[in-house]
Amino acid sequence: MPHAERPQSRNRNRPRALAGVTVALGAMLLSGCAAESGTPTLTWYINPDDGGQEAIAEKCTAESGGAYRIETSLLPNDAASQREQLARRLAAGDSSLDIMSLDPPFIPELAEPGFLAPVPADVTERTTQNVVEGALAGAQWKGELVTVPFWANTQLLWYRKSVAEAAGLDMSQPVTWDQLIEAAESQDKYLGVQGQRGESMTVWINALVESAGGQIIENPEAPADEIRLGLTSDAGVKAAEIISTIGKEGLGSPGLPTQDENNSMILFQGDDGSFMVNWPFVWPATNAAVEAGSLDESLIEDIGWTLYPRVNEGEPTAPPLGGINLGVGAESEHPDLAYQAIECIVTPENQAEYFVTNGNPPSNTEAYEDPQIQENFPMADTIRESLELSAPRPQTPYYNEVTTSLQLRWTPPADVDPQSTPRTTAAFIESVLEGENLL
Amino acid sequence: MSTSVKTSSPKTEPRAPQQYSDRAKAERRLGWLLAGPAFVVMLAVTAYPILQAVFDSLFSYRLTAPDEREFIGLGNYAVILSDQVWWRDLGVTLLITVVTVVVELILGFALALVMHKALKSVRGLLRTAILVPYGIITVVSAFAWFYAFDINSGFVNNWFDWVPGIDPDLNWFAQGSTSLFVIMASEIWKTTPFISLLLLAGLAQVPDELTEAAEVDGATWWERMSRVVLPNMKAAIMVAVLFRALDAFRIFDNVFIMTNGAFGTEVLSLLAYRTSISRLEIGLGSAVSVLLFICVLLICFIAIKLFKVDLAGARGGK
Repeated sequence: MPHAERPQSRNRNRPRALAGVTVALGAMLLSGCAAESGTPTLTWYINPDDGGQEAIAEKCTAESGGAYRIETSLLPNDAASQREQLARRLAAGDSSLDIMSLDPPFIPELAEPGFLAPVPADVTERTTQNVVEGALAGAQWKGELVTVPFWANTQLLWYRKSVAEAAGLDMSQPVTWDQLIEAAESQDKYLGVQGQRGESMTVWINALVESAGGQIIENPEAPADEIRLGLTSDAGVKAAEIISTIGKEGLGSPGLPTQDENNSMILFQGDDGSFMVNWPFVWPATNAAVEAGSLDESLIEDIGWTLYPRVNEGEPTAPPLGGINLGVGAESEHPDLAYQAIECIVTPENQAEYFVTNGNPPSNTEAYEDPQIQENFPMADTIRESLELSAPRPQTPYYNEVTTSLQLRWTPPADVDPQSTPRTTAAFIESVLEGENLL
Repeated sequence: MSTSVKTSSPKTEPRAPQQYSDRAKAERRLGWLLAGPAFVVMLAVTAYPILQAVFDSLFSYRLTAPDEREFIGLGNYAVILSDQVWWRDLGVTLLITVVTVVVELILGFALALVMHKALKSVRGLLRTAILVPYGIITVVSAFAWFYAFDINSGFVNNWFDWVPGIDPDLNWFAQGSTSLFVIMASEIWKTTPFISLLLLAGLAQVPDELTEAAEVDGATWWERMSRVVLPNMKAAIMVAVLFRALDAFRIFDNVFIMTNGAFGTEVLSLLAYRTSISRLEIGLGSAVSVLLFICVLLICFIAIKLFKVDLAGARGGK
């Protein structure tokens, strides 16, 4: 049998192998050619959106008058995978990382080993005027600007006016988590929170701890073995109490342990919706769903918004902060052009346009003056106010370890124990940072 | 190729190569010539990364802190083996391996029998139908199963709410047991065709005369199966089990897509991925990968030495 097969398989495989070699050679030749000729090409690694960054790239390419051409390259969907790809490319010295859309919590990790090209002083001056404080803090590492703020995100408390009214809550006044829990219980409705094991869990924990006056990490700039955790403080325990209550009493719906931002929006839009903490994308998304006819028109009238709930009565809230900053890779061949392009990208006009078309709020307060914004986003002023109050997640080069540990120990929400979870999480993070434990 | 040379000249003594006949020598040379290029490529793409991983595993090395790289000997292995995360993940991986391989073997054998006995006219159609799941990319099938069971978009809870324990509020991916059920079901659905094809090849090797003779002697169906068919296709069964066990032990896609390791569903490949790729801890992650590799070698060793799987025998060379 083997004798008969041999010549046959040899004949079958040869053309295929040849074709493979030809394709590989062709690809090598092509990539070698493209890099050289004409206008310098800047590659902008963008996070997925509704095409807004692509449009800005085209606009800035046109405005540059042939000085550069911006090409976009799409990063994966979730923030963690985006970081993975960028960190590996940066560590390997990839010179194609001219402009990167970066999630603020991961910036220290990239800034500490010098993976980011320094921001020129004049660019710093021009791009930091009128920028909300939280976004500016997120763009810095050890007191220096290492990225340029592009858009800033924050969560609002969205509520169904009918439910709030039935529960007797005065939404013109600041509300607390305890009040929301009580209202959802009395009305037999579900709260829209994000309980899945993912970055959204850390966003929630951080907002609760910060709103209660605490901090997850007290000295985020310290090296790994000197980091002090603030989880065991009263603020940490109170945060655990809120998450645990919502989980144990089933107030977040049966879907809570796998609920992300999108799922909680769908829950909120349904008959069981009551209150929800979520990013502003829910507004255009809900409007689009109503226009498409999949949701009833009366829903829009029933939706209200206000600042993120407080933890303790009488203490200000600290809403979550998100958004995207723009960084330049240290190995980029055209850092000057890249910063020139970034200055074009982050102009208040572009930020306003991006908000209107893609629903991502500007980091520059000047952009909020745009009449189009006021028309499309009636909650624009609330967003701006929320941004001023917002608190960033811990800015440490070890953010990935911290957030993964939090996600491991604080999910599912029903398993959180206010007495033990903050303590065991803090001990766990410490031992992971000291290299004594797997994550 | 070299194995086929061996089996086609069973009379030569392995310890005395000078006794090869001219024909056997020519065959050996041709075998090396044919396998040589592939052998070199294999060395380049497998041996090199494996050695690099072994080397890296001896360092404390974080990709984002290249200056702090430090030789720590077997320190990474000590951390991993003393951590219950490793043992929990090993347990989950073994559970998935054993359950899926056993179920697949039973289902696969049944499918192979059906294909073997099917009328010639429908055999091709049947084989294609059975092979469809195996042709689907694992990530795609993982998403399909995920969305089918997902509490927000899934239809399973609605269709099967008459089954005790299933109701519209059941969140399959909120605890380990139900998540593992879906992960294993998806894995079984997708790879049973592979096992059934290997077993079909084994079934085809059993001479019809043997079963006919047994039938004439008055053996029942069960006796023919257990005394004639199964012993004659033992080699095919063991190869199928070994291949599937190695595959199942390295399961990644289904877990990554459906739970990403949440709620006690993490497997060893995912641990290696999270440590090397997510945490960028190259040293620690390499150590996990090396340990995973050793586990795979162990499975091979156990299968080949203890169960005496004859990899060459199943190729139809004898």
